[in-house]
Amino acid sequence: MKEILSGNEAIARGAYEAGCLVACAYPGTPSTEILENALKYKEINSSWAPNEKVALEVAIGASFGGGRALCTMKHVGVNVAADPLFTLSYTGVRGGLVLVAADDPEMHSSQNEQDSRNYARFAKVPMLEPADSQECKEFTRLAFELSEQYDTPFMLRSSTRISHGKSVVELGERVTDLPLPKLEKNPAKLVMLPGNAKVRHPLVEQMLVDLSKAAATMPFNRMELRDTSIGIITAGICYQYVREVLPNASTLKLGMVHPLPHDLIREFAASVDVLYVIEELDPFIEDQVKAMGITAVGKEIVSLCGELTPGRLRSAFGLPQPAAIAADKMPGRPPNMCPGCPHRGVFFSLNQLKAYVTGDIGCYTLGFMPPLSAMDTCVCMGASIGMATGVTKVVSDEEKKKVVAVIGDSTFLHTGMNGLMDMVYNNSPATVIILDNSITAMTGRQDNPATGFTLMNEPTNAVNIPLLCKALGVKNTRIINPLDLEETKRVIAEEMARPEPSVIITNKPCVLIKRDDVFQKGPAYAVEDDACSGCRACLKIGCPAIEWRPAADGSKKGKAYIDKLLCTGCDVCRQLCKFDAIGSDK
Amino acid sequence: MSNQIKNILLVGVGGQGILLASEILSEAAMLAGFDVKKSEIHGMSQRGGSVVSHVRYGTEVFSPIVPEGEGDVLFGFELMETVRSLPLLKPGGTVVANDLQISPPSVLMGQETYPAALPERIKERFADCLLVDCQKIATDAGNVRAANTVLLGAVSKRLDIAEEFWLKALEKMVPVKALEVNKRAFQMGREL
Ligand SMILES: Cc1ncc(C[n+]2csc(CCOP(=O)(O)OP(=O)(O)O)c2C)c(N)n1
Repeated sequence: MKEILSGNEAIARGAYEAGCLVACAYPGTPSTEILENALKYKEINSSWAPNEKVALEVAIGASFGGGRALCTMKHVGVNVAADPLFTLSYTGVRGGLVLVAADDPEMHSSQNEQDSRNYARFAKVPMLEPADSQECKEFTRLAFELSEQYDTPFMLRSSTRISHGKSVVELGERVTDLPLPKLEKNPAKLVMLPGNAKVRHPLVEQMLVDLSKAAATMPFNRMELRDTSIGIITAGICYQYVREVLPNASTLKLGMVHPLPHDLIREFAASVDVLYVIEELDPFIEDQVKAMGITAVGKEIVSLCGELTPGRLRSAFGLPQPAAIAADKMPGRPPNMCPGCPHRGVFFSLNQLKAYVTGDIGCYTLGFMPPLSAMDTCVCMGASIGMATGVTKVVSDEEKKKVVAVIGDSTFLHTGMNGLMDMVYNNSPATVIILDNSITAMTGRQDNPATGFTLMNEPTNAVNIPLLCKALGVKNTRIINPLDLEETKRVIAEEMARPEPSVIITNKPCVLIKRDDVFQKGPAYAVEDDACSGCRACLKIGCPAIEWRPAADGSKKGKAYIDKLLCTGCDVCRQLCKFDAIGSDK
Repeated sequence: MSNQIKNILLVGVGGQGILLASEILSEAAMLAGFDVKKSEIHGMSQRGGSVVSHVRYGTEVFSPIVPEGEGDVLFGFELMETVRSLPLLKPGGTVVANDLQISPPSVLMGQETYPAALPERIKERFADCLLVDCQKIATDAGNVRAANTVLLGAVSKRLDIAEEFWLKALEKMVPVKALEVNKRAFQMGREL
């Protein structure tokens, strides 16, 4: 049967067909939908972990117990999971283990564009790279088999265009003849103390040599000879662009990007006149080809930054671009917090209080945008609290009072709570605001350990965040309603002034939560035309439901207007109106 | 080179239902026996930002994104986004767009004005252009929320995919309770 699947759906399907028993992840664009699709297969136990390191450790346990396990994350997630990964390569596996790393060249939704292929080489883990959804499915399935055959975890590298691209996939059946998982002790292999690790390391090096040799004849590494005046080594999505733009060129399409099939590369190089290596981001294949003593052209013509596109590849080869009309200058359309978003009032208050805000990653990072403009730093998940502590270590006592860390519930549980432990332990006077909207919103509303539900939608324990802060030693923990601007601003100001660590927790849910009892839209608000003075105070919160309408006569005077379909009745704009012009539209 | 490939771009604002429309289009193309690829960016763009979805079908499709300047049909859900994406179209390409304005943040806040005379700017450059008040037609069909389906109907007449495959795709992708209205909206779109 044929279906149109995204790369992510196909990876989940591949895991299912491979007999995978456990899938574990922390969400992150563009990888998130893999687990959300694994969920469709009842045979797979799918779960969200609080962070990528734990997700990989759960997968490792499942593998050591004898079951096949899938673990998925976005590229930067591998940084968090790197510690177990680098030793997992030494232990090897029992049940096959596949780690999917989804890269984001062009940074469509990421803070950097690191190239995960370097991790495969660094951690000594083989890596496959699919070029469409069919290959996503096939390679995932194959990665499980090879993982067991070569006693090593396998990585599968995707990218935004692969994960979120859709193409036609031929479905297969699930394998049913795998041995049942069962405890089996093997400390020499699984206890990585120096004595045991010293024995394992050479085996890993030998495995990579063996795999590189075997890869020369494996069907996923494919030499396609056409016109031999140009030969191009490429992999993943770049293969598609090469075929699109240079349909006559010969290609060596690599399905496995680590280890590289040296024999095949030599054979291909010898079959063509000029050799190119076309890859996004780092010269990963190119450097290794050049180190083999082979002359090739790569990053000389293709950028180290951003993603490749057919047009960019045409330019790289000096091919003419099709005639197209010039772009019109249009106002931009950046993403925005939703109408009724509980984060909005907090950033409005922080802006008014002129706080120095160490930020974190989530929907609330949009608090950086005007008119809220209340975020001063953002580096990686969980960093806000450590950064706040660090800032207070160097600035004057007066300036220390301005330092506020903001962090979402999911991010706090991911890696933020360690920062809070340090803040208390080392007595930093900064203030932490935990924006608890009861969901992991940014990546599309996933549950987390504080929401009370698992990925499989089963009710479960919900972490009590105020108690957790207390257990970490925070003496001043206050809960606020972020839709009440007076309370929000007052409490933040009080805690900023306090010369010791304090935590403020907001208590209103994300407006996108689907569970009935969590968020309910209130009656929409409206502006009373006669009462509106046109002062624009309500525009300062940047709510997409409020529009400024210039006067019909074209004069500067105008009035605010609320879009009833968008308004959730959060009440924040009403609190800003000094003329009582805004009220519930009954 | 790729002249057997049809290149379609669907553009608009996050939350407008562009992904579902491109899914229906891809499904119809697959049912008609074509190879299909589609690509778009989720994530940040969903929070009210610009969205561009690419759909390509033909005998064998390689790139999932439409090569710059090779778009055959631009399927616009919002006027400003339609104009923004015109450079992706080939000269002589087709524009089918909803005559709808959604103000971006800078316009909502009164710092910029919504660009004027956009329909004229489109017609000036692309003779094969259909601008439709989809909201109105969808309301006539029974539900304003079927506006995208009106547009889909209009686009369907301009593509080499038989009607039966469009209807099958609608049946598969649209919830049962909304199916009748959507089928009507689709037909009304085809008659434009
Ligand atoms: C290491 C890492 N993993 C995953 C992500 C993707 N990501 C960005 S923000 C976010 C979660 C945000 O949730 P929360 O902190 O609850 O804030 P909200 O979006 O709900 O406001 C995730 C998973 C990332 N950027 N880095």
